[in-house]
Order: sequence, then C-alpha cells, then structure tokens
Amino acid sequence: MSNWDWQVFCKDTIDGEIVARCFGGPGDLTYLDWLLSAWGWTLSVSLLALLVALAFGSLMGILRTAPNRGLVLLGNAWTELFRNIPLLVQIFLWYHVVPALLPPLRGVPSFILVVLGLGLFTSARISEQVKAGIQSLPRGQRMAGLALGFTLPQTYRHVILPMAFRIVIPPLTSESMNIVKNSAVAFAVSISELTLFALQAQEETARGIEIYLAVTALYFVSAFAINRVLHFVEQRVRVPGMIGGGQ
Amino acid sequence: MKRIAVLQALTLSAGLLVALPVLALDGTLKKIKDSGAATMGVRESSGGLSFTVGDGKFAGFHVELCQRVLADVQKQLGMAKLDIKYQPVTSQNRIPLVQNGTVDIECGSTTNNAARQKDVAFAVTTYVEEVRIAVKAASGITSIAQLNGKNVATTTGTTSVQLLRKHERATGVDFKEVFGKDHADSFLLLESGRADAFVMDGQILAGNIAKSKNPADFKIVGEVLAVEPIAIMIRKDDPAFKKVVDDSLKALIKSGEMAKIYDKWFMQPIPPANTRIGLPASEATKAAWANPNDKPAEDYAKK
Repeated sequence: MSNWDWQVFCKDTIDGEIVARCFGGPGDLTYLDWLLSAWGWTLSVSLLALLVALAFGSLMGILRTAPNRGLVLLGNAWTELFRNIPLLVQIFLWYHVVPALLPPLRGVPSFILVVLGLGLFTSARISEQVKAGIQSLPRGQRMAGLALGFTLPQTYRHVILPMAFRIVIPPLTSESMNIVKNSAVAFAVSISELTLFALQAQEETARGIEIYLAVTALYFVSAFAINRVLHFVEQRVRVPGMIGGGQ
Repeated sequence: MKRIAVLQALTLSAGLLVALPVLALDGTLKKIKDSGAATMGVRESSGGLSFTVGDGKFAGFHVELCQRVLADVQKQLGMAKLDIKYQPVTSQNRIPLVQNGTVDIECGSTTNNAARQKDVAFAVTTYVEEVRIAVKAASGITSIAQLNGKNVATTTGTTSVQLLRKHERATGVDFKEVFGKDHADSFLLLESGRADAFVMDGQILAGNIAKSKNPADFKIVGEVLAVEPIAIMIRKDDPAFKKVVDDSLKALIKSGEMAKIYDKWFMQPIPPANTRIGLPASEATKAAWANPNDKPAEDYAKK
C-alpha cells in the first residue's frame, strides 16, 4: 500500500504531467475527467438499457400468461432467444452481423446498438420474473376480475399487475443491479465506459491497482445506488396485508 | 520461556544464514541453479514475436531468442539439465509477474520505456517497433493527414491509443477513434468498413493482413507514427543475470544468428497456419543490433 500513487488521476492524459486541482481545461483531459466521463457512459448505457429491458420484459412476461397460444408462443420464443445466447455474443451480433444483413443499420451508433443488445438480453430475464410474479397469484384473482365485468386488459391493469409487480420488485432489483455490471461488455464495441477506461488507463499509467480500485468503487456505488432506490420504491408501494406487505 | 527459546533459535539460524559464506551466485541465476528450472513469460498472440501454436507450446522471434539465452545460462551454470517452463502473460500482468518472481525472463512484446524501467529491467533491444497505418488498398489514403474526419481503429489497452490522442492534438487532424477489444477485432473493424484505418504496431498489422482472406486488399501506408524499442524483460537490480542475457544476445548479433532468426519468424512461413508475415527488419531494428543498448522509448522519441 505504501507505493500507491493516487496522484495518477491528476495526470494529463496526453503529456502525463500532474495538473493542479486535478481537472483539466477544454481539450486537456486528466485521468479524473476521463474516469468521470467513463462513469457517465456506464450509467447512460445501464439506465437506457434498463428502460428497454423493463418495457420489453414486462410486455413479454404478460404475453406469456395471456389466454392465447399465439401470444404465449411469441413471449416464450422471445425469452428463450435472448436468454440462451451469451451476452457478449449478442453484442457482437448487433454490432457486426446485423448491420451486414440490414445495410440501413450501418449508420446506427454503437451506443444505440449496445443499449438495445443489453436491454433485450435483460428483457428475457425480466419477462421470466414478471411471468413468475403473475403466476404466483391465485387463479381466482383473474376470474374474479373477469366476473366483475372487467375486460381482460382491464383485469391485468387493475387487478393482476398491481399485485404481480409488487411481488417481483426484489428480483427486479437484482436484475437492475446486474445491468450496471453487465454494461461492461460495451467496451467491446468501443463505448468509452469504465471497463474500457480501466484497460486503457492502466496501460498508459502503469498504475493498474489504483485505476482498478477506483473503477471497482464506481461500479459498486452505481449498483448500490440502484439497490437503495428500488428498496425505497418497495417500501413506498407496500400495501399492508398483501403478500409480503404486512411485515 | 518456550517462545523466547524459539525466537532465539530463529534469530540464531537467521544469523547463521547471513554468516554462511555466500555463494558467488545470487538473484535469478541462483534461483535457476537451485531449482533446475527457469520460467519464461510468453504471449498468446503478439504477432511474430511471441505466440502460441496450441497445445501449450509457444514460439516466435523472442521465444527463440530466450531459448538460446537460457541455453547459454545453462552452460554458464554448468547444469546438466535446465527445465524451461512457459507461463503465458498479458499486458496487464507481465510486470507484476516478473517482479514477484513467477516469471524469470519475459519474452513477449514489451516496450522498454522509462516508466517501466522503474519496476523492471530490460535486456538490449532486439526489435524496434514502428507504429504504422493500415488501410484498404482501394481507399487511396496514403498519410495520416488524409484521415481527417475518418474513423480510425486501434486496440484498447495499447499505447497506440495515447499516441493517436497526442497526434490529434499536435496536428489538429480530427478523427473518430474506434476501439477494438483485441487486434483481431480491430482488424475486423477495418475489414467490415466500420473503420477507414487501423493504427498499430507494424508487425501486428502485417501479421493480420497476412492472415486475412485477401491480403492484397490491404496496405500499410504513411509515415512512421512512433518508434518503440521492444526488449526481453527481466527483474530489476540483478546485474549478474542481465549481463548473461545481454552477452548472449550480443553474441547472437555478432555471429549473424540474430538476423537469421529474424528472417525465420518474419520472412518465412510460420506456424500454425504457415503464413508469412513478410516484414523485413527495419532500419531502426538494424541500428539497434549494430549498437546494442537498453535505451527506453523516450530516447528514441528525442531523435
């Protein structure tokens, strides 16, 4: 520990000189500036991918419980497709293969592709959780909703989903934290996020331990912040007397 | 009481160890002699310098040089048998592994620079790398100035990334960097048209072009962007071992063996695919052989 050198973050990324106050000016970046910008990329990729994942995951999870074989098949096929291909392979498919098959996609920035790739991969996992949440409810709930004269969509909207989503908040929390960690694959398609920063900066500065510790801390802080936010949401939406809500 | 006795015994034996007449050998030479083995750090994929041929076997220009060096070490130590172990290393772990004694001699593609000389030592430079630009032959690009506004690929975790940044600021040429996760990936970016140029060490460019589907589609063009001495890496502050290694390499240069070994790995077909890298020794490499030295990259930049 005695030979750690945290000054490395104050160094200019071009000439390696230590900059006073650690922040460079326009066009003159320090490693600290770069680290923060990389953190921004990691958070942007993660949060946008999380939105994509929640939207598609919920939709597909609901379809898999619908009383229609076609819709169930669609939801199942979606889930199995994105769940059974390794994430890194999916990212490469989006980056190298899809644009080769569909030339209009060539102009799409790699940032959008990686958000879609990571988002759709995670949507398969979220669809599985949403489906499990819905199926954990007694069948009578759905029947009661329909017997009251609700249409099927109304039954989902007012009866089933409010309970199902409350039940699946804990696994969704894990999935949301996973997406931050999985966003590290974005380095493979040239997104200048934390992992790319770590690989590059440790080579340039030869201070790998300091760089990796800082990057690890930022991953931890990001994932833990998501954990706390969703924990707060879980507390706020808790309904006393409902499953898990009476504690 | 008992504990004190043990302590006394320990100090006594420690004292004895110091007092014993020290053998003439120390450092790495002593370690090799005592263990009967030497560990060579090698790379999985560093062009013709050091690469795997599968099945846990390694080959390349620097690997062969190290085998010659270790044969000399064995001779000098008068050992009947020297067991050479091969330890694959990466650019992230090669320096720590040399420092902590896991690797005795690293024979990969390590640039000798001033920052690293604080942690490790280098043998005399055996190869001088020139950073160049590879483009598609049909692109008409012949110099870095023509890359304005173009996509330029390079590999994450290499010094070329920093070099491009420096160049961008110094010349005002504004290009968009695309980072491949390894050299094969960066080359794919060039091949698929996502990048217009690939900036990297000349021998890596040449090797990737040689392995591509249609080598005639690609060209190495333009000015030399940087010159970096690549050397065999050993532990710091071990002058006896450094002398043996350096002497052995100098003898290879003198006898002309060095040029022959270079020719074998860079001009002739090499395993595993029997392709030819086709990169003659550069003037800078020949200069390093003519005048063996362990100067860091910074000294080359001054010229």
